[in-house]
Amino acid sequence: MTGELLDIRGLHVVYRTLESDVYAINGLDLSVSEGETLGLVGETGAGKTTTALSILKLLPDRVGFITKGEITLDGVELTKVSEADMQMIRGNTVSMIFQDPMSSLNPVIPVGKQVEEVLTLHRRELSKREIDEQVDSIFGMVGLPPSRKHEYPHQFSGGMKQRIVIAIALSCQPKLLLADEPTTALDVTIQAQVLDMMRDLKEKLRTSMILITHDLGVVAELCDRVAIMYAGEIIEMGSIDDLYGTGDKHPYTEGLFGSLPSLTGDERRLHPIDGLMPDPTSLPQGCKFYERCPKRTGHCEAEAPALNVSGTHSVRCRLFAG
Amino acid sequence: MARFVFRRLLSMIPVIIGISFIIFSILALTPGDPAQIILGDGATPEAISELREQMGLNDFFIVRYIRYIAGAVRGDFGLSYRTQLPVLNELLARLPNTLVLALFGVGCAAMVGVPIGIISAVKQYTLIDNATRVFAMVMTAIPAFWLGLMLMLAFALKLRLVPAIGADTWEGFILPSVTLAIGNMAVMIRMTRSTMLEVIREDYIRTALAKGVSRRKVILRHALANALLPIVTTIGINFGLQMGGAMICETVFSIPGLGTLIITSVRQKDIPMVMASVIFVALTISLVTLAMDLIYSFFDPRVRMQNFRKGGARA
Ligand SMILES: Nc1ncnc2c1ncn2[C@@H]1O[C@H](COP(=O)(O)OP(=O)(O)O)[C@@H](O)[C@H]1O
Ligand SMILES: [Mg+2]
Repeated sequence: MTGELLDIRGLHVVYRTLESDVYAINGLDLSVSEGETLGLVGETGAGKTTTALSILKLLPDRVGFITKGEITLDGVELTKVSEADMQMIRGNTVSMIFQDPMSSLNPVIPVGKQVEEVLTLHRRELSKREIDEQVDSIFGMVGLPPSRKHEYPHQFSGGMKQRIVIAIALSCQPKLLLADEPTTALDVTIQAQVLDMMRDLKEKLRTSMILITHDLGVVAELCDRVAIMYAGEIIEMGSIDDLYGTGDKHPYTEGLFGSLPSLTGDERRLHPIDGLMPDPTSLPQGCKFYERCPKRTGHCEAEAPALNVSGTHSVRCRLFAG
Repeated sequence: MARFVFRRLLSMIPVIIGISFIIFSILALTPGDPAQIILGDGATPEAISELREQMGLNDFFIVRYIRYIAGAVRGDFGLSYRTQLPVLNELLARLPNTLVLALFGVGCAAMVGVPIGIISAVKQYTLIDNATRVFAMVMTAIPAFWLGLMLMLAFALKLRLVPAIGADTWEGFILPSVTLAIGNMAVMIRMTRSTMLEVIREDYIRTALAKGVSRRKVILRHALANALLPIVTTIGINFGLQMGGAMICETVFSIPGLGTLIITSVRQKDIPMVMASVIFVALTISLVTLAMDLIYSFFDPRVRMQNFRKGGARA
């Protein structure tokens, strides 16, 4: 027991496709303590969604495999848990908000029923009437009139759909919420509303959260800690102060944050960096950022850097060694 | 809903009129004199021209067509040139045979094929799936007449379990139904499999799994309802086609159905018979399409709203 709510140790995930093996997660260490919000940031393809799906053990059937490592959630080692027991955990202890609300809801089932389904699965002790009342109160909580629960997903706007998805995810008051770019698909004006609501609910329900996002401003506003992901590894992790302060950072993080002067500026998005992430089907031996690193030295290519920890701040780079 | 059904029924009228007009024109343009056919080779020219006058064959084409339609709407489809008996009687006598074949042929195919297709999709690339795909491929490739003959050889002639031919007993329908069912089943399996494969990759399936719904319930409650549209369409289309008669199957098993009736009538230029059969088939297919739309509306709220929107029913 580590005392953490979620503790991932040395996780490796491979997608075995017909053409090749994709090494999506390569020795990931990550932990979230109770009530904490961790921001998970990284370019597309870094392995953020794969990390979340691994926690739920919902990697694509017969394609995605956890090949090594441990995932401990609330004291339970998930990689050893049976599918039947996982079904008790999903939606109950841990739930997930997916990226695209437009396609996340079943088009032929009334939205109220879709919320109700989680409750009937995990709150067996509740009567039909109590479940109805709960559905109504959850609708109210996410700012939707309960009278609309009989309607179907296509009758709602994108922002409202995401509220329903959030309602589904939070209805059993999970200990951990995995939010995979919850606002990327929404209009900018709606994004702020949805995020505000998520923050309020998270505080009210005291849910821990992994917030996957591209938006560095959102991370600063909502998160207690940040983890930067690159080619299936955490290359830097620390408190908001560690990463947003003036201290030294991983060259990749420096690049991502760009010349970001302050959080009030309008440049809140990841800063583009020249070059591409290494091909996940054949990863380099040494530092995965070597190809693109402005500060690389001869050693970096041959030898993978260790995680250098100092206080709350850890960096996977030789420059921080010793 | 009543309004929707009513409008759809109304919209069938021009379709039926159009089809009957086209068939009537084609039959009128092809060579061959009905009076000559009725009276046979030995008839004198006088007798023929008298009969032509009597049958109104000398009138303008359009007059003949209108006269035909006027009769048809009153339920009078005329006498068969071949038998001189009312066309409707012959049609109604054969209808039950065709109906039984279509119901069993498509019904069994759907009842067996849809579940197999679902299992095959859920277990994609496993032994079960591969075996199913090979089976469906082989069944599509086998011609109906050959399959029919083989079944007849095995079950009627060798094992003597069922009669080989004839529609006199219900047992006689077993082999032809099975022959039709196997052909249709292959289509149903492939259709269901590919549709299900698409649906189970949808995001909302992942959402359901993330809620803790079991895989079985995800398939039955979340995936199937979304896959039904194309499945119902295939069932409907196959049933409609089968109502036009299963020519090959009827011939192999000597079942008097609509398929053989239409072919014989066309060959013998039995115009009233052809017309009545074609109108009947067109009507059946239209009704089946309407039934399919109603079934969709039941399963899919988006279709339901489009169809039954106040005053906005689709024509
Ligand atoms: N179903 C899959 N089959 C094969 N490769 C996949 C699959 N899903 C994701 N990947 C690969 O795994 C890597 C990580 O993907 P993902 O976790 O989706 O990244 P992110 O969410 O950070 O954009 C990428 O290289 C991606 O191409
Ligand atoms: Mg992603």
